[in-house]
Amino acid sequence: MAWYIVRRFLQLIPVFLGATLLVYFLVFSLPGDATAAICGERGCTPAVVAGLREQYNLDQPFWIQYLLYLKGVLTFDLGTNFSGRPIATIIAEVFPTTAKLAVMALVIEAVFGIVFGLVAGLRKGKIFDSSVLVLSLIVIAVPIFVLGFLMQFLIGVKLQWTNPTVSGDATFAELLLPAVVLGLVSFAYVLRLTRTSIIENVNADYVRTATAKGLSRRRVVVVHVLRNSLIPVVTFLGADLGALMGGAIVTEGIFNVNGVGNTLYRAVLNGDGPMVVSIVTFLILIFCLANLLVDLLYAWLDPRIRYA
Amino acid sequence: MGNEVDAGKGSDGRRRAARTGGIPASSGAPRPLLELRDLAITFSTSNGDVPAVRNAHLTVMPGETVAIVGESGSGKSTTALAAIGLLPANGRVSNGSIIFDGEDITHASEKRIVELRGSSIGMVPQDPMSNLNPVWKIGFQVKETLKANGLASTPQDVAKVLSEAGLPDAASRANQYPHEFSGGMRQRALIAIGLSCRPRLLIADEPTSALDVTVQRQILDHLDTMTEELGTAVLLITHDLGLAAERAHKVIVMYKGQVVEAGPALELLTNPRHPYTQKLVASAPSIASRRIASAKRAGVETGDLLAPATPHGAVADKVIEVEDLTKVFKIRGSWGKSTDFTAVDKVSFSIARGTTTAVVGESGSGKSTVAKMVLGLEGATSGSIRFDGVDITTLGRKEMFDFRRRVQPIFQDPYGSLDPMYNIYRTIEEPLRVHGVGNAKSREKKVRELLEQVALPSSMMQRFPNELSGGQRQRVAIARALALDPEVVICDEAVSALDVLVQAQILNLLADLQSELGLSYLFITHDLAVVRQIADHVAVMEKGRLVEQGTTDEVFDNPRTAYTQALLAAIPGAGLVLPPEVA
Repeated sequence: MAWYIVRRFLQLIPVFLGATLLVYFLVFSLPGDATAAICGERGCTPAVVAGLREQYNLDQPFWIQYLLYLKGVLTFDLGTNFSGRPIATIIAEVFPTTAKLAVMALVIEAVFGIVFGLVAGLRKGKIFDSSVLVLSLIVIAVPIFVLGFLMQFLIGVKLQWTNPTVSGDATFAELLLPAVVLGLVSFAYVLRLTRTSIIENVNADYVRTATAKGLSRRRVVVVHVLRNSLIPVVTFLGADLGALMGGAIVTEGIFNVNGVGNTLYRAVLNGDGPMVVSIVTFLILIFCLANLLVDLLYAWLDPRIRYA
Repeated sequence: MGNEVDAGKGSDGRRRAARTGGIPASSGAPRPLLELRDLAITFSTSNGDVPAVRNAHLTVMPGETVAIVGESGSGKSTTALAAIGLLPANGRVSNGSIIFDGEDITHASEKRIVELRGSSIGMVPQDPMSNLNPVWKIGFQVKETLKANGLASTPQDVAKVLSEAGLPDAASRANQYPHEFSGGMRQRALIAIGLSCRPRLLIADEPTSALDVTVQRQILDHLDTMTEELGTAVLLITHDLGLAAERAHKVIVMYKGQVVEAGPALELLTNPRHPYTQKLVASAPSIASRRIASAKRAGVETGDLLAPATPHGAVADKVIEVEDLTKVFKIRGSWGKSTDFTAVDKVSFSIARGTTTAVVGESGSGKSTVAKMVLGLEGATSGSIRFDGVDITTLGRKEMFDFRRRVQPIFQDPYGSLDPMYNIYRTIEEPLRVHGVGNAKSREKKVRELLEQVALPSSMMQRFPNELSGGQRQRVAIARALALDPEVVICDEAVSALDVLVQAQILNLLADLQSELGLSYLFITHDLAVVRQIADHVAVMEKGRLVEQGTTDEVFDNPRTAYTQALLAAIPGAGLVLPPEVA
């Protein structure tokens, strides 16, 4: 098991190298001069442009640029973005908000998805099941920005239960609505996945055997049906955690959340190469770690899985 | 520690025996423990109500073993499961009553049924592979049974229950998960669970049908001893008439949802009255009729008369010769190390053209690996497989393709080996198309012929596997195997998933096809009863080695190794002495 974890961490190295190289290459090969983004519409003097080029190594060939960047990362120096702020500081500033939002969304989708899915699965074909299925289909089908604006308008503007946008503090209460919107689509998937899984397991032989032992219905469901049914659900949730941590560009945009997604979006618009590369690399690492977490959780849920 | 457990077990056993023995005596005339009166069970499906069981009568006295025998779909399991309220969600008791120890529990409340389960009526289910929850430790699954029925559930109690069921080293075994147990051990754990709360009735639903014969015998012997000691009545459900007759006081035969015959075991075997029972007795492989073998042998002998030079003649007569065949698997261990596992160890045998050679062994003996290597699906580590004198391990890609045409497989599971998305026509036609045989028209003609050969109507061509019964599917699998006019057919447990009657039909079909087409069979099976019916030569495998081989009569009449003797003795019903007209 220890060896497995070590190996998984070692696997991060090629993933990291490949991802940064790819992203760096994409940013590098974008048309246009990076200094133009810094200088804005008025433009800079040739001397200033040359100074900027030297500062960001833009005068060097691609490989040298990339290697200089790698050197920076390995010495924990992500450099500065085009406005001169240290990138590490920016990430440290916005990531907690995104992480908070992601965890809230994950909890919402997991708790409601599993509970609704369990009930629907146990009452297959009944009214609850059918209506939940239709509702989840609608949630999956409607684009997320429609749901986002709709809920922002209804709950934030009309009913005024909460602020329609999130302030710089990003308090728990403020993040609740964006978290619901963010978790909504995955909630529908979790619900359907749990439901299918429950239906499959309820008829399993070992469930019948458990019933024949004289266990109460509640115990049979919780101990024997639910745990087994959660195995595929956990896989989905883990992959989703990685995606959520990456920041939700649309949702963060709608609710004006100062998170990773919004920052990345702005960096892309500004053509801020170093910023984009750093954020994407950070997100890739987060995604890999989330996946590792899922695999470990998976082994805990299903003892048949042994990593060696 | 071990002594303490044993001592406790002994005194408990005696106490219980005394208590259960006291019940019938105190109530004067014995009262049936379980009585099913006019029981009818209906399943509601999308096509309306389907009756699964009609007018089922059944009585189990305290301490008595009653067997229900029938083929799959006869309603035998449904009847037994109804007794502890375990019908599937769409099933219900539509008529009649279930009386347990004088109490009508037909429509008892959920609460009352939960009370009875485990403590009064225990169950040992059919398939040990799927009946233990894979994510919980064995000990946990025993413990929750004890706890749910209000018994002490310390680790010592759990270990005691498990060791009573014959699980060695129970205390540490309890900390393992089901996948770390072999099939036989899992079944012991399930028996432990079923009997842990000392039920007065045990429902054993095909408790050993998924196990090897020798393990089957051990498990059943142990179950017999335990239930006898505890005075538990057993309702044994089985498809095997021989097993039922050997183990039960009373046998009930069910057919298409109805009880067609009931009576003392031996009487029913020797004097079956209902036509279905007569058919069952006649074709039960375990009660050893040699009819198929003899009929086929007659066919082979007439063939021999036409070509008397072939037997014991030239080398060319051997269609397949396997020599020193070895297969070593690398098993991945921890820290990237790997250990060698020799699945097949220097196996040599040959198949004479037009005859059947059976490779027999328990699961894990390497017999299926041999089949895969002979089929060319698995490479050999060393040794040679000569087909018509050519070593197939040296064949190139193109020669291999031609070889596949001449050697075809039939696999065990007719549910798994047919593509559910292909209709029957496409399934049988596919090999012809792959090998570029004929045009669309001639292929269709060929498919029709093949269906006729395996006695299926050509109207079946447009159907899909899920619309067919197990026997029909296996016929389709045979037709597919025969599509390319192979010379050798390798049957890997080809009939073991089938009911006895269907099994007999398929074996007959295979025998007919052999004399008609001059096929050679390599028959891989764990079932010695089947071997006796179909094989000319037998090779017995144990743990990767070939321990004995010879003609079927030699091996059966005069087994040389202890292992073969144990296998033969373990055939259910082998010990029954029957009048000559039945045997």
